[in-house]
Amino acid sequence: MGSAGSADRYLPDTVQQAVKILVVGDFGVGKTTMIGAVSEIEPLRTEETMTQASVGVDDLAGLGSKTTTTVAMDFGRITLSPYTALYLFGTPGQRRFWDLWAGLGEGAVGALVLVDTRRIEGSFEVIDQLELRGDLPFAVAVNHFPDSADHSPQALREALDLEPGTPIVNCDARSRSSSVDALITLVEHALALQKGPS
Amino acid sequence: MSGESHDSGEYHDSAVRPYVLTQGRARPTRNTIGLDTLLVVADAGKPLSPSATRQSRDLLRMCARLLSLAEAAAHLRLPLSVAGILASDLVDSGHLIARSRIPEAGRPDLTTLQEVLNGLRRLS
Ligand SMILES: Nc1nc2c(ncn2[C@@H]2O[C@H](COP(=O)(O)OP(=O)(O)O)[C@@H](O)[C@H]2O)c(=O)[nH]1
Ligand SMILES: [Mg+2]
Repeated sequence: MGSAGSADRYLPDTVQQAVKILVVGDFGVGKTTMIGAVSEIEPLRTEETMTQASVGVDDLAGLGSKTTTTVAMDFGRITLSPYTALYLFGTPGQRRFWDLWAGLGEGAVGALVLVDTRRIEGSFEVIDQLELRGDLPFAVAVNHFPDSADHSPQALREALDLEPGTPIVNCDARSRSSSVDALITLVEHALALQKGPS
Repeated sequence: MSGESHDSGEYHDSAVRPYVLTQGRARPTRNTIGLDTLLVVADAGKPLSPSATRQSRDLLRMCARLLSLAEAAAHLRLPLSVAGILASDLVDSGHLIARSRIPEAGRPDLTTLQEVLNGLRRLS
């Protein structure tokens, strides 16, 4: 949206709190596209480093060497009210990055998992992990590409083996309104979980 | 996924750690600063110590008005962890103010979630 010169780089001084949502998924599922579609600022990129004694499944040899992995995250911002700003952080979903987004998820509203139906298996790991953690509300947004087959959300729910309460919606990550709708689904879900069983 | 695909554009591996800029510390002295912490200069006139690094000076200047740690880090091309340590020091020394963020481990409260929802609905 427009070009964000340094004049509109800043938040209104009235803003008192920031909230965040993680947009997770495999490389190429449309994370950066979605963030760009909804952000009021030109999407920004920052890097986070992870140092681990072993890096997940890559350390099968058990060499115990330390690696520093630098993960790039794209993010955008929506000033939702004079009081509140929302940040969207796009983070890769692969297993080796879970330690990273464990930290990122602290205090987050939740995670929106982007799924590309042409490579559905790329989403299994991240959904498993979110279900296992159980503490970060999440919803699934199915990003449609021109050559995607037409799956019904119900068929995809079964293919992804989603828990019954997890919302799943179709979206077009290039469309602002479609992406906002997917975010609304996530926040409604987070709100319902926070309220508890009624 | 393969451990060899170091060049997806989303991540890269290295043996070099960003300790140089932070005098060897890997973590902020306080862990209340996160990437969504909002920062703003506390007292525009307060001078930095002459020994302050260029990165600290740049960060303080970047926070002349309100923005998040992630934004400041991105504009200055600093790794998030480095910017977090520098920001934490500037908060401790009274140069920067950090606006409250959602408490660690906790979730945003109902009022906040409702406000986020209303804000998003206004956009759609
Ligand atoms: N047709 C179509 N293409 C998309 C959509 N979302 C993303 N793309 C394209 O898919 C590619 C990868 O998207 P990107 O946002 O970079 O994915 P990321 O790796 O998850 O950040 C880009 O070339 C996008 O233009 C979508 O909803 N429909
Ligand atoms: Mg991307």
